[in-house]
Amino acid sequence: MGAPPIRLPGLVDQGMLMTVRELTFAEAIREALAEEMRRDPSVFVVGEDVAEAGTPFKVLTGLVEEFGTTRVIDSPISEPGFTGLGVGAAMTGMRPVVDIMFGDFLGLIMDQVANQAAKVHYMSGGKLKVPIVFRTTLGATRRSAAQHSQSLHAWVSHIPGLRVVIPSTPYDAKGLMKTAIREDNPVVFFEDKMSYKLKGPVPEDDYTIPFGLADVKLVGTDITLVATSSMVQVALSAAKMLAEIGISAEVVDPRTTSPLDNQTLIDSAKKTSRAIVIDEGYQRYGVTAEIASVIADGAFYYLDAPVKRMGAMDVPVPFSPVLEDLTVPTDESVLQMAKMLCGRN
Amino acid sequence: MTKKSTTGTVAQDESTDVEHWLHCYEQMVKIRKFEEQVNELYMKAFMPGLAHLYTGQEAVAVGVCEALRRDDYITSTHRGHGHCLAKGASIDRMFAELLGKEAGYCRGKGGSMHIADPDTGNLGANAIVGGSAGIATGAAFSSKMKGTDQVAVCFFGEGALGQGLLYEVMNMASLWKLPVIYVCENNQYNEYTHFSEALAGEVLLRAQAFGINAKSVDGQDVQQVYASMLDMVQRARQGLGPSFLECKTYRYFGHHVGDVNRAYYRSKEEELEWKTKHDPLQILIGKLLSKKLTDQSVLDQIQAGVAVEVEHGVKFALDAAYPAISEVAEDVYA
Repeated sequence: MGAPPIRLPGLVDQGMLMTVRELTFAEAIREALAEEMRRDPSVFVVGEDVAEAGTPFKVLTGLVEEFGTTRVIDSPISEPGFTGLGVGAAMTGMRPVVDIMFGDFLGLIMDQVANQAAKVHYMSGGKLKVPIVFRTTLGATRRSAAQHSQSLHAWVSHIPGLRVVIPSTPYDAKGLMKTAIREDNPVVFFEDKMSYKLKGPVPEDDYTIPFGLADVKLVGTDITLVATSSMVQVALSAAKMLAEIGISAEVVDPRTTSPLDNQTLIDSAKKTSRAIVIDEGYQRYGVTAEIASVIADGAFYYLDAPVKRMGAMDVPVPFSPVLEDLTVPTDESVLQMAKMLCGRN
Repeated sequence: MTKKSTTGTVAQDESTDVEHWLHCYEQMVKIRKFEEQVNELYMKAFMPGLAHLYTGQEAVAVGVCEALRRDDYITSTHRGHGHCLAKGASIDRMFAELLGKEAGYCRGKGGSMHIADPDTGNLGANAIVGGSAGIATGAAFSSKMKGTDQVAVCFFGEGALGQGLLYEVMNMASLWKLPVIYVCENNQYNEYTHFSEALAGEVLLRAQAFGINAKSVDGQDVQQVYASMLDMVQRARQGLGPSFLECKTYRYFGHHVGDVNRAYYRSKEEELEWKTKHDPLQILIGKLLSKKLTDQSVLDQIQAGVAVEVEHGVKFALDAAYPAISEVAEDVYA
């Protein structure tokens, strides 16, 4: 309240002025859910410990007080069961937000997501719709070991019929969550666990961010750093270090992997002639591979170096901090890769 | 009496409701003749892929769906033609879907194992065994949240008793008193394996462990299935929660149309025994004729009428156009 109206990067094109406050990533998600639940009585939340506990990450704290246990529903520990229940509810007029505490549990719910939710619209010849949001998490370095640390957004990005959202800032998280809830397709929404406390400007007013629209987080001229979710902050930090040695990096955040904003990625690479794709999913067959391919295809004649990929190491995430920290890209490793591509070693 | 009870009460004397039982007979004949033609289309190589015939199990689909309203939900299985027809799907568009034609229920994109028809409450057949247990329970959840009195029926075979999802959703359905009825069609074979080799303990105890009202009936007797369903539907509409109905039945053909040599998993004698002594159409006819509630000419007339409808349906489907090539990428996203 009382904050001065400012322009937000993502809203410049729309020429919108809004009153903004600083919110954490978690608060932005909660606010999006609360606003959508007030707007639309068919929206409800179901999952493990979503009500009074507000999830282990406290993202949903306070929702049950406003909306009650009929709309913020604690489920048994039955991920496939309550996911399937959500799919059926979505097919019959509700807009469920299903809470899958850890992205690793996608292994439990994959049939309901990939074989049911993703295919119902197509298999029914367009007659049935599944407006559902699967909220889940990604990201390592929380010392949670191999079954609570993976970033598995590539799994679902592979499946036609799903939308996949991987926001990196509080502003993007809120706007994309509102779009996800209003979307008529199943959406898998990945929140980086390490970003929940990240603060950033978020408008008080109602706004949405369309899917398939990448955001240039930093404008630069010498090299493109395509970074997703948790890796956006890593890329921005690396860009700062690069600036100190006279390399101007552009940081582009796709924000959604399905649909993917090919054009913005290609345009940036054409401009800078070099690109690194940074993502916290396993590198092998991962999101970095798809994006690198898009850039290599679309900007081939403009590139001065091969497109490089930086994903998580292809190992189960280890527990010991000295090992775990080796498995994900860091600002330092991005810096080294960028210097190499720019011939500055 | 109307042909179909919508009041959720059992007629005092069921045998007097002749018109209703003749309607049930017609529905069963429709499924029987439909599946005969599906087999024919397969043998003549007119049908792409395979189909899982419902023949022999007609009394289950008809007994269950006759106890439902049009706006009640069902989810179906890979062996689902009978469920779709019993819930009100039309023969011609069913055949068209089986042949991959634009006029089919899913515009040719679903095929035999995915027929969905929201207009009749059919949320779709499912090719993952037990895969629709969540969807049916979720439909019941919707009904409860919205305060409608719609009921959801989840059809599944006894093979699905091996799937964990079923128990997860039965737990939630009982916990939250959802208006869902789990209809287990025990046709005795999990594909090519007798269920006794795959199932420990008692079927009903599994549902009862969740506090779910459970019952087992002769699935070849449409009157028994219907009467049990009326009671379960009434309970569901009154907010008394889910039920579980095991219907003991038999699949006359193989797991699918191509499964013709079955001696390694069941005998010809066993098949003959069911076809001659437990046939759902004959059981109903026997009751109606023995009580002189109808005569053979009426039954013949019904058969002839259905035969014409099936013949027209096949012709409609054979003559129908395939989807335009451009449709391959349509309907991926809403």
